[in-house]
Amino acid sequence: MIREIDCRGLACPLPVLRTKKVLDQIETGTICAIVDNPAAKENVIRLAAFMGCEISLKEKESNWYLTITKTKGVQA
Amino acid sequence: MKKGASVSWFSPVIMITGLVAGVLGALLVKWGNPANMGICVACFVRDIAGGIGLHSAAVVQYIRPEIIGFVLGAFLSAGFTNEFKAQGGSSPVLRFLLGALMMIGALMFLGCPLRMVLRLAGGDLNAVLGLAGFIAGIAIGVVFLKSGFVLSRAYPLARINGWVMPLAMVGLLALVMVKPGFIFFSKQGPGSQHAALLVSLGVGLLVGVLAQRSRFCFAAGVRDKILLNNSHLLVGFVLVFIAALLANVALKQFHLGFANQPVAHTSHVWNFLGLLLVGLSAVLLGGCPLRQLILTGEGNTDSGITFLGMLAGAGFAHNFLLASSPKGPTLNGQIAVIAGIIFCLIIGYANREE
Repeated sequence: MIREIDCRGLACPLPVLRTKKVLDQIETGTICAIVDNPAAKENVIRLAAFMGCEISLKEKESNWYLTITKTKGVQA
Repeated sequence: MKKGASVSWFSPVIMITGLVAGVLGALLVKWGNPANMGICVACFVRDIAGGIGLHSAAVVQYIRPEIIGFVLGAFLSAGFTNEFKAQGGSSPVLRFLLGALMMIGALMFLGCPLRMVLRLAGGDLNAVLGLAGFIAGIAIGVVFLKSGFVLSRAYPLARINGWVMPLAMVGLLALVMVKPGFIFFSKQGPGSQHAALLVSLGVGLLVGVLAQRSRFCFAAGVRDKILLNNSHLLVGFVLVFIAALLANVALKQFHLGFANQPVAHTSHVWNFLGLLLVGLSAVLLGGCPLRQLILTGEGNTDSGITFLGMLAGAGFAHNFLLASSPKGPTLNGQIAVIAGIIFCLIIGYANREE
């Protein structure tokens, strides 16, 4: 079961902060951030890229599901 | 590394937005807007408040087409890119209050963050104090963000909700064009100085489209640098300054100094505290005054409420003699700014989750 972080309806910069908090907590693993606006989507992608994580993106009913995989050795 | 998702750190659209806003901010002065006030979201919303009679300060009454353009530019841009989304319901009364306080802080300094940058680029050194206050206010806001500050979630709404504010802008445009007797137009002072209506509207639309595409935000530029060490929005902030500076020098609009700057005062403490209140309230709201207008155009009714709060705040600021003038701040304004900062600290403290 992938841990989901529901960032829908949250204003800037909370989607990024909440995703970062979880990514900082885990050593390795996959999480899914759910966002509902393009600015938050771009910001979370930017964060994940900055942290060296793998990202895949799926759009469903005006929401974006960002699956982020943190592997060992990446920067927190 | 990435699959199906790419966002560059280096964003050309942010850079273009910064350059265009900076150059047009300088040119609008040449075309008729008040000095060092080519664009000012706070001053222009205040002028609109005067134009529709929410206050009676005769020198600052004009329905500024730039503001209408920002909202409608963002509305069109969001519509064409399928990013228009009606949503809202996040702590509306707090947002209204924060919008009003943001306006009261801006009218203490005499400018929003955008005008702060344009004033700096015109050589007005008083804006250095404003910049310092803005950064300090954002830094305080970041402390709240780190300790779990959140205004409650927004939820999707029926589309009509998102249309209300853009339609209201169309209504304002009609009023400034038709000029019915109940609309006020300044005969002298800053409110009487303006570029041709279609020029102002055109600039507003262009900047509105660009700011929608780039997610441009002055508060987020500084906030993200402090909070996440991310400079990508800050680049736009700096480019507004550089572009406006070069344009002002070329147009002979650059005058370095503290004294006798246009629509400005030299009270350092209150320039600092005014923009501290703006920076702090902007972080709690999630965006600077310009960003609130852009989000309003995208269908965000929480930002729409914030915009209405700014409009009401402008009315109070002039009716209760809170707004500064070139002579300096007023006692009422000083009390209001201190009270505003205290309110923001309470709001920041009281809305922590976890």
